[in-house]
Amino acid sequence: MVALNHGSQRIGPDELVVSLKDVPELSIIEVDHEQRFLRIGAGVSWDELLGAPVDTLVPCLTQAARTVGSHQIRTAGTIGGNIATASPAGDGVCALVALDAVAVLTSPEGQRRVSVEHVATGPKRSVLANDEFIESIEMPIVDGWQAYSKIGTRNAMVISVAGVAVVLSANSNSCRIALGSVGPTVILAEDASAFARDSIDWSTIEISADSLERIGELVQQAATPIDDHRSTAAYRSHSVGVLARRLIERGVQEMRNST
Amino acid sequence: MSDLGIRESSVEGGLGQSPLRPDGIAKSEGAYEFSSDLSADNMLIGKTLRSPHQHARIVSINTAPALAISGVHRIITADDVPGKPTYGLISSDQPVFAADVVRYIGEPIAAVVADDEEICARAIDAIEVTYEVLSALADARLAKDPSAPSIHPDGNVIREQNVITGDIGVVGDVIVEDHYSIGMQDQAFLGLESALAIPDEDGAGVECHVATQWLHEDLGQVAACLDLPESAVRLVLGGVGGAFGGREDLSLQVHVCLLALATGRPVKMHYSRSESFLGHVHRHPAEIWMRHHATSDGMLLKIEAEFVFDGGAYASTSSAVLVNAVTHAQGPYRCENAAVKGIAVRTNNLPCGAMRGFGVVQACFAHERQMDLLAQACGLDPLEIRRRNAMSTGDRLITGQVVESVAPVSEIIEGLSRMPFPEGAGDTEKHPYELPGGAGNTTRPDDVVRGIGYGLSIKNLMYSEAFDDYSTARCQLRNGIVTLKFATAEVGQGFITIAPQIARSTLGLEEVELEVIDTNVGSAGSTSASRQTWMSGGAVEAACLRVRELVYQHVATAEGTDPLVYTIDGTELVNTSTGGRRPMNEVVVGLEFDEEVEYRHRPTVPLDENGQGDCHTAFAFVGHRAVVDVDIELGLVRVVEISTVQDVGRALNPLSVTGQIEGGIAQGLGLALMEEIIQRDGRIMNPSFTDYLIPTIADMPPVIAELIEIPDPQAPMGAKGVGEPPTISSTPAVIAAIQDAMNTAYGSAPHLRRVPLQPSDVAKTVNVGLGD
Ligand SMILES: Cc1cc2nc3c(=O)[nH]c(=O)nc-3n(C[C@H](O)[C@H](O)[C@H](O)COP(=O)(O)OP(=O)(O)OC[C@H]3O[C@@H](n4cnc5c(N)ncnc54)[C@H](O)[C@@H]3O)c2cc1C
Repeated sequence: MVALNHGSQRIGPDELVVSLKDVPELSIIEVDHEQRFLRIGAGVSWDELLGAPVDTLVPCLTQAARTVGSHQIRTAGTIGGNIATASPAGDGVCALVALDAVAVLTSPEGQRRVSVEHVATGPKRSVLANDEFIESIEMPIVDGWQAYSKIGTRNAMVISVAGVAVVLSANSNSCRIALGSVGPTVILAEDASAFARDSIDWSTIEISADSLERIGELVQQAATPIDDHRSTAAYRSHSVGVLARRLIERGVQEMRNST
Repeated sequence: MSDLGIRESSVEGGLGQSPLRPDGIAKSEGAYEFSSDLSADNMLIGKTLRSPHQHARIVSINTAPALAISGVHRIITADDVPGKPTYGLISSDQPVFAADVVRYIGEPIAAVVADDEEICARAIDAIEVTYEVLSALADARLAKDPSAPSIHPDGNVIREQNVITGDIGVVGDVIVEDHYSIGMQDQAFLGLESALAIPDEDGAGVECHVATQWLHEDLGQVAACLDLPESAVRLVLGGVGGAFGGREDLSLQVHVCLLALATGRPVKMHYSRSESFLGHVHRHPAEIWMRHHATSDGMLLKIEAEFVFDGGAYASTSSAVLVNAVTHAQGPYRCENAAVKGIAVRTNNLPCGAMRGFGVVQACFAHERQMDLLAQACGLDPLEIRRRNAMSTGDRLITGQVVESVAPVSEIIEGLSRMPFPEGAGDTEKHPYELPGGAGNTTRPDDVVRGIGYGLSIKNLMYSEAFDDYSTARCQLRNGIVTLKFATAEVGQGFITIAPQIARSTLGLEEVELEVIDTNVGSAGSTSASRQTWMSGGAVEAACLRVRELVYQHVATAEGTDPLVYTIDGTELVNTSTGGRRPMNEVVVGLEFDEEVEYRHRPTVPLDENGQGDCHTAFAFVGHRAVVDVDIELGLVRVVEISTVQDVGRALNPLSVTGQIEGGIAQGLGLALMEEIIQRDGRIMNPSFTDYLIPTIADMPPVIAELIEIPDPQAPMGAKGVGEPPTISSTPAVIAAIQDAMNTAYGSAPHLRRVPLQPSDVAKTVNVGLGD
C-alpha cells in the first residue's frame, strides 16, 4: 500500500490488492518447548514481536523488531511483509537468517519450506511465485546468546545502513553471523561464522582480541556493499566489521558471566 | 510608539503571559483544517506534469491521448497562460509552465484537471512530450565561469556582491583558513503544498485558499499571470502546516486558479511529499572559503572570504540570500578589515531560495568553524576567543553600518559560560537507547567520547536594501469587543496568539476577536525574516493605540479634561490627575472606532559595489552550546544537550519563544547531522521522509534556554524577532562538539568542514582500512 500511495507501484484496472490483515491463521505464535522450536505467523506485527514469548525465546528478533520504523510502522508492518519485500535492509530478515529460520510458503499447489536466507534472490526479487504467500516462519529456540545491531544516520526510525545479527549456540557450540545492507540480499557470513565457532574457547567461554579483529576482517570480506544516497560502501563494510566484532565480544562475555 | 512602562500590569492573556494558541487544541486533536483538508462541492482535482530532464528543449507536447481519458476535463500548458508567462519574487524569471526549455528536473510543463486523483495520474502518464536533451550545468563553480554556456536568457550570474572595507593589505600574526560546504536542506514542513481555487460565478474572478507565507505577494504575481486586476483575485489563508521560507515563492497558485477558471468549477491541488521536494525552493548549497587574520592574542584583524551559492535554475530570492551571507561573514565579532566576495549563480539544479536563516546559516557555519580554528591556533579556549572579539552596540560592521540594536554578545558568552554541564559523561550504566546509535543497539558506554562545542551568531531582522517593508493592521472596537484584521500569514509561528495579547494590553479589554486572514486588507508583508512580531505586531499595536487615543479623547470630552491625563492600568482606565479608575469594558460601552495603520520600519539603503551601506534594519544575537556523545569508531552521534542564550528584546509570549527556540534548534541539529537533499544529475535521490531524515525525538536533546530581555528601543514593545537565530548557530555548535570529541579521541583530527556530517567523516581516521 505504501508503494501504491507513493506512486512507485501502480496496479492495472483488473488487478486487486488483497488484505491479509485479519487472517487469524497468519497471526499465530506457537511454541514447542519439547522440540525447542517456534512458529510465527507471517501476519504477526513487529509490535507483537517485542513482547512475550518472542523476547525471551528469540531476543535477536525482538531487538530487530525494536529497530524497525516508528511505533506506527511496528503496529502495521508484519514479519511476512518484511521477508516478501526482499530488501537487503530488512531488519527482521537479518535476524531470521542468523537464527537459521525457514519460511513456510503456501500456494494452491501446496506448501514448501525455504530457508529465509534463500527467499530473497536479489533486491526486491524473491522465490515467491505469483500465487504463493508466506504463511509462517519456523525457527529453532537456541540456548546461548543472540543479538541484533543496526546502523542508521539517525537514532531511530531509519532504514539500515548496515545491520548485523549474531546467534551463538551453547548446545552446538556454533555461531551464525548475518549481515544486512551490505549486498543484494541479507548475507550469511559463513567464513566469519566458522572462524568464530573455532576460535571461541567453548569450555572457558573466551575469545582472544586477535580473533575478534579477525572476525571483523572476515565479515568485511563477506560484505559486497555499494555506494548509495544512504551511505558509502567503505563505511558499510567498516561498520559491519565493527558491529560483528562488538557483538561477538559482548556475547562471549555475557555467556561467560551467566554461567 | 512604545510605552513600556505600563504594560506589565495584568490583563488576562496580555503581553508577557503565555496564553495558549487559539488553534492549539484543534491541532493536537487532529481536528484543525489544514489547507490540504479543504474541499468544495463539485470539486475537481488538479495535478502537474513535471520535467524528467535537467535541461532539455521541448520539441512537442501532445495532450490528445490524455484528454481522451474519461474523467479528464482540461489540460493546460504555457499556451494557456493568459497574462504574464513568468513569475518570481525578485526577478520574474520563472515560467508558469515551461514553454520551450526545461531547466531542472521537476519543472512544471502542464497541468491536468480531472474527476479524481487516479484519473489525473493516468492522464499525466498519457501526455506525450518530446524533448531534445541538452547538456546540463550542474556545478555552481562552473556556472560562474564566463565561458560556461548560459542556461537562462538572464544569464548564469544572479548576483555578485563583494564587501570590501578597511586596509585589506593587513596580515595577521595568526592566519587560519579552510573551505567549507553546506548541503541542500529542505524546509520539510509537514503540511504539504495545497490550494483550493473557487471561480466566481460569472467567471470574472477567482478566490484561492492557499497555504502561503505572504498573501499579497502571491496576489500580485497570480493576478499578473491570470491577466486579471488584483481586485478580481482574492487570496485566503488556508491552514498552514509550517513554512520555514518554502512558501514564499509561488508553487501551485497560478496553476490551480487557471484550472478553476478554465473549468468554471472549484479545483483543488495538493502535492505529495515527493512532489513537494520538487515544488518549492530549498536552502542554497554553498561552497565557502574563509581566511581569518588575527593578532597572536586572538584579536581579529581581517576576514577574507569567498561564497559561491548554487541558486538552481531560477533566481527566487538568491540575490537577497547572497547579500545576507556576505554581510554576515564576520559573525557577531568586531573586525575592521574585510575582503569578502560572493556570487549566486543559476544551474540546472533545483531552484533555491528562502529558508530559515536566509544565507546567514551558511556564513555562520564557516565563521564559527573558523573561530574554533583561530582559538586553537592562538591556544585559547573557544569561548575566550569569542569573548575577546565580541561585538557590542555602536560597533561598525564590515558594511560600514553601525549596530544600533541592543547587541548583548558578551552577556550571551557569559551566560553560556555559567551554564552547568549535563551529567552522564562516562556513565557506565546508560541504556544503549540513550547512547549514539539509539534504537540500533550499536553502542555501549565504553565506546563513547563526550565533546562540547559552541556557536554564536548575528542575524538581521526584517527586509533589507531599501525594500519598502510594511505591515497593515486594522483595529475595530464595537460592543466592547476588539476585532483585529490583518493579512499576516499564520504559519505556526504564533501571530494569532500574540496579536490578541497586544490588543488586550494596549486597550485593557480582554475580549479580542480575529477576522479571517485574507487579502481584504492591506499587505502584512511576508511571514519571514523573523519580522512579524516586530512588523505586524507593530501595526496591531499602532492601530490599537489609535483606538485608545480616540477612547481617551471621548472620555476627556465628556469629563471636560485633557486626554493626556488618561492611561490604562491592567483592565482599568486611570485618570492620572484625579487617580480615578473605571473598568475599560464599562468605559467603551457604546463606543465604535475603526482604525487601520501601515507600520514601516526605518529605511535601509542598497549596498554599493564595495558592499558598503546601512542595508539592514536591526539585528538579533544568540549563542549555543552543544554537548554530544560520539561513538568514535562508528561515527555515530548522540546530542546530549543544547543550551542557548538568546537575545529576544522582550518575550511577549515566553512559551511561544521557547517553541521557536526548540524548533529552530531541531532544524539546526538536522542540518548538522542528517538533513540533505541528495541530487545526482539533478535528480533527488531521497525524495521522501524515509531517506530525507529529520530529527526524531531520539535525536533531539533537552534544550536549556536562557533569554536575555533587554527591550530594544527601536522595536515595537521592545521585542526582537526570535524565529531564525535558534537555527543558525546550533549547527556549528553541534559540529564543534563532535570535533572536540574527535580531538579527544584521536589527539588531533581533521577539521570538520561540511554539513550534514556523515558517520564516515568521524569514523574515517580509524585505522581499519578506510583510509583518509
Ligand atoms: C516509514 C517506514 C519505515 C520502515 N522502516 C523499516 C525498518 O526500519 N526496517 C525494515 O526492515 N523495514 C522497514 N519498513 C519496510 C516495511 O514496512 C516493513 O518491512 C514491514 O514489515 C512490511 O510489512 P507489511 O505487512 O506492511 O507488508 P506490505 O507493505 O503490506 O507488503 C510488502 C510486500 O510484501 C508482500 N507481502 C506482505 N505479506 C505477505 C505474505 N504473507 N506473503 C507474501 N507476500 C507478502 C506484499 O504483497 C508486498 O509486495 C518501513 C516502511 C515504512 C513505510
